[in-house]
Amino acid sequence: MKRQIDTRTTPRLHRRSGGKVVGGVCGGIADHVGVDVFRVRVVFVVLAALAGAGVLAYALLWLFCPGGNDTERVRPAERRQAYGLIVLAVLALTANGMVASNAPARALLAVLLVLGGATLVWREADLTGISASRSRLLTWLRLITGAVLVVGGLVLAVTSPDTALAGMSPILLAVLATLVGALLLTVPLWMRMLRALNEERSARIRNDEREEIASHLHDSVLQTLALIQKQADRPDTVARLARRQERELRQWLFGDRAQPRESLAAAISVVADEVEDSYGVEVETVTVGDVTPEEMRDAERVRAWAALIAAAREALVNAAKHSGAEKIDVYCEVAETGVEVFVRDRGNGFDVDAVDEDRQGITGSIRARMERAGGAARVTSTPGRGTNVTLTLPRTAIAESPAPEPDPKAAAKDSRRARRDQEIA
Amino acid sequence: MTETTYRLFLVDDHGVFRSGVRTELAGESGLEVVGDAGTVPEAIAGIIETKPDVVLLDVHMPGGGGVAVLRGVTDELGDEAPVFLALSVSDAATDVIATIRAGARGYVTKTIDGKELADAVRRVAEGDAVFSPRLAGFVLDSFTGRSSVPEPHLDPELDSLTKRELEVLRLLARGYTYREIAEELFISVKTVETHASNVLRKTQQSNRNALTRWAVNRRIG
Repeated sequence: MKRQIDTRTTPRLHRRSGGKVVGGVCGGIADHVGVDVFRVRVVFVVLAALAGAGVLAYALLWLFCPGGNDTERVRPAERRQAYGLIVLAVLALTANGMVASNAPARALLAVLLVLGGATLVWREADLTGISASRSRLLTWLRLITGAVLVVGGLVLAVTSPDTALAGMSPILLAVLATLVGALLLTVPLWMRMLRALNEERSARIRNDEREEIASHLHDSVLQTLALIQKQADRPDTVARLARRQERELRQWLFGDRAQPRESLAAAISVVADEVEDSYGVEVETVTVGDVTPEEMRDAERVRAWAALIAAAREALVNAAKHSGAEKIDVYCEVAETGVEVFVRDRGNGFDVDAVDEDRQGITGSIRARMERAGGAARVTSTPGRGTNVTLTLPRTAIAESPAPEPDPKAAAKDSRRARRDQEIA
Repeated sequence: MTETTYRLFLVDDHGVFRSGVRTELAGESGLEVVGDAGTVPEAIAGIIETKPDVVLLDVHMPGGGGVAVLRGVTDELGDEAPVFLALSVSDAATDVIATIRAGARGYVTKTIDGKELADAVRRVAEGDAVFSPRLAGFVLDSFTGRSSVPEPHLDPELDSLTKRELEVLRLLARGYTYREIAEELFISVKTVETHASNVLRKTQQSNRNALTRWAVNRRIG
């Protein structure tokens, strides 16, 4: 679950609801684009004259744009003007139809009747949802008139003697006309159902998400806060609980949860978290790059990765136990040729040359383990300045050189630094 | 160095956190909090009005977050804009890189203590970059093209970091302080700071074309 910063603010196109003359489409576009509504209407009239493209566009926009929530009514002057434009559009459509397509007057009349009827029905269906205070009788009257107009128009079209439809079987025609009529008259119903369904679905998704967040907070943050209240007199416990909770929440909010089995970076982080929890020190982990899941699962490499992770863990535990530092840094970088892990603290440090019995852990658990895996370990420490453990593991070389020898490349990599580092032999 | 007082402006949508930061910084000499804001428009107006030296900027806020504040202020003030230091609970790569790309001079997380914060504020006010190890890690990641951040990768041809800058970045990611890096590489602290600033500048894609392209992608995409 990743949060994205989204700066897009483009609003959705809404039809006008209060201030609509027919469907509120022109008004909606005018509001959306920021131009005068009159110009938009003129554009639609001109488009309507072009073989009815404007009518089709209007119908589609009406269907697919949700109504807005504006309440301002249309001024009478504007309404008159709009009606005038509609008459103009009808005239233009008819004239164009008669001149350009040479269609008979009856067919054109049929088209106009169907359009007008559909408009009436759609408009009423649109309104019922918003204003219930309107007269029911008027609504029914308009609905019936619309339906009659549509049916009449269709009958007219079907019975028209000289259209392209004339050659078709009368039964097929009747069925087709009924279908078209039913579809036209019920479109608003379908759209409303679809919209309600969508709204319900998104509400359910939102609700599910909320519940998931609530239950996660309950299981994690609230539990920890309760524990903290109970243990308020033990500052170290409180700090540990708070740190663990912070890490968990942070990972839940911002992290991607890679599986430690498939990701070296995740495995190192898990080890760091464990040490942080068990020893009460802060471990800051930074990982750069990662090995591929296939490489991580590769049977021949599994032991090498395990050795690297165990060595890193040992280095961390050492730092947590002996250094006295409050914070340990872990850095894991996966490059083309190899993996490097650095564990560093700013604690007491020790004299690497004077390694004695109680530092046996470094020789055994870190260095020998890394060498068996085909890698190398280097420990640098200055009393009073802290300790730095460097683990290197080549990514592919192990197959070619199974002999447990320290990687010569890593040793010679930075001769100046190597001279200052004391190798633990 | 003469003791100058840096004027500070706090932006965070949590009032408790703002007052917390005020209290933490109250004991620090050379810092003066001149104002705070809890919303993006308030912050933009407040910053333009008070003209602070440094803005402590929350990354996640309603209404576009820190990036919106950064953009609003830089649109208005241009080169006069104050230095921004992002202060966030989030250390997600997406947030860090987006904020740095928008022009912040540093990024620290909210677990930082008062002394470190005051130090970071002074450093950015003096023109240096403040890098947390994690931030350095993200930049390294994005430089090598293995980033999980869905931002355009740094163009290696256009903005390639020098070998030295990569070295500095790598040590930063390992948790070294600037002083320790200077010792490790046998260079002066000032040089380390310059390298770090260069890294930040290159990460922001100082090149105008890239920046415009990026802004366009953000607003329309």
